[in-house]
Amino acid sequence: MEELLFDLGFVLTHYNYWMFVVLMMTGLYITVSYGNLVKKIVGLNIFQTAVFLFYVSTGKIVGGTAPILTDDPAAVYSNPLPHVLILTAIVVGIATTALALALVVRIRETYGTVEEDEIIALEHEMDAAIGVER
Amino acid sequence: MLAMIEANLPALQVVLPMLAAPVCAVLGRGTRAWTLAMAAVVLTFAVSVSLFVVTLDGATISYRMGNWAPPIGIEYRVDILNAFVLLVVSGIALFILPYARTSIAFEISEERQPLFYSAFLLCLTGLLGVTITGDAFNIFVFLEISSLSTYALIATGAERNKRALTAAYNYLIMGTVGATFFVIGIGMLYMVTGTLNLADLAQRIVDHGDSSTLRMGFVFILIGVGLKLAMFPLHLWLPNAYSFAPSAVTAFIAATATKVAIYVLLRFMFTVFGFDYDFQAATLRHVVLPLAIVAMFAASIVAVFQDDLKRMLAYSSIAQVGYMLLGLALLSHTGLMASVIHLFNHAVTKGALFMVAGCYVFAAGTSSISSLRGIGRDMPWTTAAFVTAGLSLIGLPLTVGFVSKWYLVLAALELNWWPVALLIMASSLLAIVYIWRVVETAYLQPSPEGVVRKEAPLWMLLPTWGLAALSVFFGTYAALTTAAASRAATALISASNMLWQ
Repeated sequence: MEELLFDLGFVLTHYNYWMFVVLMMTGLYITVSYGNLVKKIVGLNIFQTAVFLFYVSTGKIVGGTAPILTDDPAAVYSNPLPHVLILTAIVVGIATTALALALVVRIRETYGTVEEDEIIALEHEMDAAIGVER
Repeated sequence: MLAMIEANLPALQVVLPMLAAPVCAVLGRGTRAWTLAMAAVVLTFAVSVSLFVVTLDGATISYRMGNWAPPIGIEYRVDILNAFVLLVVSGIALFILPYARTSIAFEISEERQPLFYSAFLLCLTGLLGVTITGDAFNIFVFLEISSLSTYALIATGAERNKRALTAAYNYLIMGTVGATFFVIGIGMLYMVTGTLNLADLAQRIVDHGDSSTLRMGFVFILIGVGLKLAMFPLHLWLPNAYSFAPSAVTAFIAATATKVAIYVLLRFMFTVFGFDYDFQAATLRHVVLPLAIVAMFAASIVAVFQDDLKRMLAYSSIAQVGYMLLGLALLSHTGLMASVIHLFNHAVTKGALFMVAGCYVFAAGTSSISSLRGIGRDMPWTTAAFVTAGLSLIGLPLTVGFVSKWYLVLAALELNWWPVALLIMASSLLAIVYIWRVVETAYLQPSPEGVVRKEAPLWMLLPTWGLAALSVFFGTYAALTTAAASRAATALISASNMLWQ
C-alpha cells in the first residue's frame, strides 16, 4: 500500500516527465498571471519549451545512441521522429514569438505602455469617450 | 498534363494558395496583388469542386506527399467530410476576396495591401491544409500557419482602431496555448501508438485499448481544439478579435476558421478515438453537451446587449458554435449530420452577416447599432441582405438555418431528450431578439439629420448578396447539403464502428 502511495523508483525514473510538468505549469502560470505583455511571451516560450522537452523525452531509448545509419545491425538508437517533429515545432514557436513581439512593439507605439492593466484602463477610457459622443 | 494535374489535385489544393502568397507580397500594388490572389482562389475553388465531385459517391482519395507511403510518409486523405469542408472554405474565400477589394482598399493603406493579400492566402493555405491532411502533426503545423496569419490579419485592423492590436495579441496568446495543448495531446497519442497517421492511429488505439495516457491525450486535444473553435468558456479571444479586425477578415475567419476547428474535433473524436470510446462518450455527454447548451443561451443573451453590430454577431457566433458542438455531443447519426450541415449553413449565414456589417462600416464609418438608425432607407439592398441572412440565423423555414436546426431538434427527439429540443428552440427566440433590434433600428427609427449614407458599392454588395442568396437557395433545395452531410456522418460512424467492435 505504501509503495502505491509513493513509488520513489517510478518518480525517479520518470524525472524528465516531472520536470516537463513543472516547467509547463510554470510557463502557463506566467502567461496567465503576469500583466506585462513581454513577460507573458516569455511564459509562453517556457510553456512551449516544456513541450519540446516532453517530445524529446518520448524519443529516448535506454542505451540508445544518436540515430545515425551504421553497418552495425545491433545498434540501438533513439527514436528520431519526435526530435524531427520538435524541430518543426521550434520553428513554429519562433514564428509565434516574433509575431507576438512585433505586436508588442506596435502596442507600445500606440498605447505607450506594455502593462496590461494600463492598456485595459486606456481602453475603458476609449469606450467611455464613445459613450459621451453619442 | 491533365492526368498529372488530376493525380496531384490534393497537393494542388494546398500548394496553389501557398505559392501565390509570397508572390503577392512582392507585387507592390494592392490591385495587382488582389488579381493574383483572386486567380489563386478561383483555381483553389475549382480543385475543391473536383475533389468534392470525386468523393461524393463515397470514394476516398489517399495522396502520398512526396511519394512516401503512409503511415511513415504524410498522407493527404480526402473523404466526403473533408471534401465538403474544403469546398466550404475555398467557396467562402471566393466570395470574400471580391468583397475585400473595395473593403480593404477603404480600411487598409495602399502599401500594406499586398502583404494583406499574402497573409490572406497563407491563412487559406493553413485552413485547407488542416482539412486535407491525414497526419496529426501536420494538422498542428497547418493550424499554426492559419492562426499566425490570422493574428497578422486581425492586427491590420489597427489602422482604424488601435484595439485591434491588443485583440490580436490576446488571440495570439490563447491560440498558442491552445495549439500547444493540441501538440501535447498528439504527443501522448504518439507515446501510446507510435504513429501520427490518423487512420493508423485509429487502428492502433483500438488495439491498445483504454489507458490513462490515452485519456490525457484526448483531454488535451479537446481543450486545445476547444480554444481554437471558441468552445464556451474558452471563447474569450473571439469577441475582440472579430470586432476589431477589418470587415473582410472578420467575415472570412468567422465563416471558416472556427468551422475548420470543428472539423478537426469531429475527425479526432470519431475517426481517431472512435464512436464507441466510452471515456470520450462520457466526456461529450457530461461536459461538452452542457457547455454547448450554456453557450447557446449565455452568448445569445450577451449578444442582445451589445451596441456594436460586429461584436453582437461575434457573440452570436459563440452561440452557433454551441449548436455544432451539441450535434456532435448527441453522438448519433442525425446529430453528426446536423453538426456538419450547420457547419456549412453557419459559414454562409455568418459570412453574409459580417459582410453586411462591413458594408455599414464602409458607408457609415461605424458598425455601432445606434448609429444605424434609418439606414434601411439609405441602404435598402444591404439591409435587405441583413434581413435575409438574419432570418437564416434565427432559423426560419426556407433558409439554411432552418435545415440545420430541424436536424438538431430531430436528433434530440430521437434520443427522447425533449428538454434539449425545447432548449434549442428557446435559444432561437434569443436570436430573434438581437436580429430584430438591428432591423428595428434600421427600418423603423428616423435617420439622424444631415447624415449622408450611400448604398455600398457593387463589388461589396454582389458577394454579400451572393452568400445571402445561397442561404436561401440551400434552405429551399437542401438535398445537396443534407446528402453530403448524411454521407459524411455515415462515413464517420461506420469507420469507427468497424474498429471498436
